[in-house]
Amino acid sequence: MTFNVLLQNLSNGISLGFLFALIAIGYSMVYGILNLINFAHGDIFMMATFFVYYAIALFSIPWGLAFFVGILLTILLGVSVDRFAYRPLRNSPRISCLCSAIGMSFLLENFAIVVFGGRPKAFFRPEIFTKMYTIFNVRIHSVSIVTPVIAILALLVLTYIIHRTKIGLAMRAISRDFDTANLMGININKTIAFTFAIGSGLAAIGAILWALRYPQIYPYMGIFPGWRAFAAAIMGGIGSIRGATLGGFLVGLLSIMIVVFLPALAGYKDAFIFIGVIIVLSFKPKGLFGEE
Amino acid sequence: MKKNILYFLLNISIILLIIIFVITANRNFDSYIIRILNLCAIYIILGVSLNLINGFTGQFSLGHAGFMSIGAYMSALLYMSPELKEVNFFITPLIWPLSVIQIPFVFSLIIAGLVSAGVGFLIGIPCLRLKGDYLAIVTFGFSEIIRVIFNNLQNVTNGPIGLKGLPTHTNLWWSFGIAILTVLVVKNLINSSYGRALKSIRENETAAEAMGVNLFFHKSLAFAIGAFFAGLGGALLGSFIMTIDPNTFSFLLTFQLIVIVVVGGLGSITGTVISAIIITVLMEVLRSVESPMNIFGLHVPGIPGMRMLVFAILLMTVVLFFKKGLMGMKEWSWDGLLKKYFPDNER
Repeated sequence: MTFNVLLQNLSNGISLGFLFALIAIGYSMVYGILNLINFAHGDIFMMATFFVYYAIALFSIPWGLAFFVGILLTILLGVSVDRFAYRPLRNSPRISCLCSAIGMSFLLENFAIVVFGGRPKAFFRPEIFTKMYTIFNVRIHSVSIVTPVIAILALLVLTYIIHRTKIGLAMRAISRDFDTANLMGININKTIAFTFAIGSGLAAIGAILWALRYPQIYPYMGIFPGWRAFAAAIMGGIGSIRGATLGGFLVGLLSIMIVVFLPALAGYKDAFIFIGVIIVLSFKPKGLFGEE
Repeated sequence: MKKNILYFLLNISIILLIIIFVITANRNFDSYIIRILNLCAIYIILGVSLNLINGFTGQFSLGHAGFMSIGAYMSALLYMSPELKEVNFFITPLIWPLSVIQIPFVFSLIIAGLVSAGVGFLIGIPCLRLKGDYLAIVTFGFSEIIRVIFNNLQNVTNGPIGLKGLPTHTNLWWSFGIAILTVLVVKNLINSSYGRALKSIRENETAAEAMGVNLFFHKSLAFAIGAFFAGLGGALLGSFIMTIDPNTFSFLLTFQLIVIVVVGGLGSITGTVISAIIITVLMEVLRSVESPMNIFGLHVPGIPGMRMLVFAILLMTVVLFFKKGLMGMKEWSWDGLLKKYFPDNER
């Protein structure tokens, strides 16, 4: 294998890693605050692509605005999922919340099948996102260049919100101690809704970048990116943003590098990701960056 | 002592009633209803075995489809005739010992159950260190790993093509017989000292350990027994639907079982049995939603996928408004029944 091929795959792996990181953060934040695996996150991701698709196809909104509308609608969806499926169960056992989350994911998928149809649709790609650039014999897709830039920007904004603003302080307080935070006068419901808004917004950004990269959208498209991102969030230590980012990177690189170095085992790609998770969890039960 | 004999006789009479029911069903009902009855029994087996792990031991497992997959493939590879295997494995031939073996259905069932119990035991090992949601992930990951491996292991499982034209061994006798066996085994296990240990793990793991409950042994026990019956159920299901491929046993199947357990009430065998029957029948009844129909003269064309949407909405309603499920943790028992109707029969 030449150095160029390695660079080529590395560039693919890194931009895929950033995508997984964007999705993984949504899982991680919700888990950090509610101790709930938001199974519906992958389906919120899927809905985002459909929102953008219909904004462009039905209302012929210019694509920049359509992306923005898609992100807003996804945020709305995420917040209402929290409002209707999770808030009524705040004081119930965790297992009912998990069931509600699985049910919600199931509901969104079937809603998409009934309303949007099960046939895959072609996602609209603006001219500039179809170009290829050649740098040192490495062919880079323009989405692969845009993805890290947007992801890093989003991560910087997120870090700023969490560490420098009042609502970020409230989020950190709730994830440390739910009941005490409530007693200290923090509006729990508002803060959790805000968390869902951020998580869904990042998922929507990830979804749009994903659809620009693989321009085929269908109701079950959220399942696999969702699960891989989830594996990433766990590997990195769920509840930690740093961990989710690192985990996303690991999963993105792993899924490209297995195909590159062990082509015979390419079919086992997903198995390797989960074996990786199981190995990490058996040595560090809270993940790489998890708090003990 | 007298009470025990009475209950024993009552239990025997219930089993006799079921046997009579099966005989009449075989004689009188058409094949569609028999099909639904078979499915009900298979879902009872799967639901009760999942409830043992999730409801009674409190270990949230999402790996049931994996165990079922192992059971279904194991038994199918053993009871299929060598000629049928040759027809199925037309791309990559089956590896040697499996390609010539053919054993009766009973033994293939037992072996399938034991193999999947062995795998369940192996899964129990990492569970020693993991709790709650992390366990859910690891078991989910396990069932995904099984699916991916079965998709790629062409010379054993025939890969994504799957096994087709399996001989139908499953009938009402098998499915109801094993359903009764499952309920009896799980019920007796729950009421034994092992069962009390399992419930104590569910209530408080640390306290249970402090009282001398061997966590590792009991969790592995629950996983092994649950996986054993999941393997049996998978084998019955495989022979029942006559074709299996790795994607039959996807997360969706586990999800359906979890729905059955949660709707019935986590930690109630009675509830699981009732909800398994209700949900299986409901899934069939809801098929009418997808066919074209006339409502008040308004013609509504059939919408594919509507059935699952209605199912999901029903599920969400149950989860949100009936948080404890149908039965909660209560069980139906002769004791309760007698006390209700013969209050002065206290001894």
